[in-house]
Amino acid sequence: MDRGEIESKLSDLLVDELGLERDKISRDAKFEEDLEVDSLGVVELLMALEDNFGVQIPDEEAESITTVGEAVDLVHAKLSQGG
Amino acid sequence: MSRRRVVVTGLGTVNPVGRDVPSYWRNLVDGVSGIGKIQQFDASHLPVQIAGEVADFDPEEYIPKKEARRLDRFSQLFWAASHQALQDAGVDYTDAGEAAYRAGVVVGSGIGGIISIEAGVDTIRERGASRVSPLAITQIIANSAGGMVSIAYGLQGPNTCVVTACAASANAIGDAAEIIRRDEADLMVAGGSEAAMSEFPVAAFAQTRALSTRNDEPERASRPFDAERDGFVMSEGGAVLVLEELEHAKARDAQIYAELVGYGMSADGYHITLPRPGGMGAARAMQSALRSAGMAPDDIDYINAHGTSTPANDSTETAAIKLAFGDAAYQVPVSSTKSMTGHLLGGAGAVESIACVLAIRDGIIPPTINLENPDPECDLDYVPKTAREVPVRAAMTNSFGFGGHNVALIFAGM
Repeated sequence: MDRGEIESKLSDLLVDELGLERDKISRDAKFEEDLEVDSLGVVELLMALEDNFGVQIPDEEAESITTVGEAVDLVHAKLSQGG
Repeated sequence: MSRRRVVVTGLGTVNPVGRDVPSYWRNLVDGVSGIGKIQQFDASHLPVQIAGEVADFDPEEYIPKKEARRLDRFSQLFWAASHQALQDAGVDYTDAGEAAYRAGVVVGSGIGGIISIEAGVDTIRERGASRVSPLAITQIIANSAGGMVSIAYGLQGPNTCVVTACAASANAIGDAAEIIRRDEADLMVAGGSEAAMSEFPVAAFAQTRALSTRNDEPERASRPFDAERDGFVMSEGGAVLVLEELEHAKARDAQIYAELVGYGMSADGYHITLPRPGGMGAARAMQSALRSAGMAPDDIDYINAHGTSTPANDSTETAAIKLAFGDAAYQVPVSSTKSMTGHLLGGAGAVESIACVLAIRDGIIPPTINLENPDPECDLDYVPKTAREVPVRAAMTNSFGFGGHNVALIFAGM
């Protein structure tokens, strides 16, 4: 799965599972400031990533994610390592 | 200082016979049942397969999508009813400065987010602890409905929650009025909500043996005071009254439906589900409400009974009305709108308070449908089958809950 496919699938998750508005979502969008994802929403987001991409994201790695693009890169790196 | 008076200036409801106040009231007056086969889940393996559900409820009609998906259904229903009631009252506190500190919420729920409890337990058993939703707790807690409404509508005054089973929203209304009377608020959103249409709660209520099993005749299942009654019908829904201090309402030229003049409560102190035989517990709540209103029994022109359609409640409540009202018991019309709505549990007191307020406004008493052969122990005037046009100066509504909670509220015309 390349970054474009991951970003597309992540955008769908953000709309369908977190109820975000699609036109606000971009690579540079910050979860907290731009997308108004609160602390509970961050946990939902991590669960959605793990469930839908089959990856494991420990809390310490999750803390480094602030933008949509960083989430895409993290998932891409995990998948490239062979999951 | 003279006593601060509390009036009703807004109404809202989403329930099995109507998704707003006008349709609810029209259907009550027309004697329309909201009971049917359970649609929200497969109940075919349960002893009880009927309920009163809010068909085609779309939470996003009231709630932003992002918030709606974070809420249990009981909170969604309360939010919808609150939205309607605030609009009806014509108030908006979202940008009201310190006035918003004088507006609050009291929500009553019998249980809270029980559908979310059931789903969360399924998740942890099937998929493990790491898959439990971070929203589970805020969906489950019974006070979340009032918390969310305060956030959405800017209500920053007193905010609390009452959990007294099927008396919960009657207590919520009474307690909210007391908050206004003691000058802690000028306006309160008060009411309740319940949404327990899932496998576990329906099975669990069925096990108390309090539910009707008339699965083949859903619309005839809730038959309060009838000799063939066999239990109550579970329903879901939310109902809200905007209560306001009289001078505050007058100052902004608000529509005033009625005054909340009486509130009484008692405990049976007898049994966790059965009423105290003879009805003295419920009678004391009614007497207390009359006393707080400064009224005599013959000042009441309508009693909206708790009238659940269980064998135990309806005969005991009849006895209780006789104890509290004496000879006047045989003169006052009594009806159970649960014959149409089913039992909204924690939402019942509020949805039935709306019926009382509109009975006063329109001079129409909604009927007790399905009352075909009265139980000999139920020998009052229950307004069987069809509504009655008669002036209503004041109306009492009764609400009793598992645990032995008894509540009576009295509304009066202005």
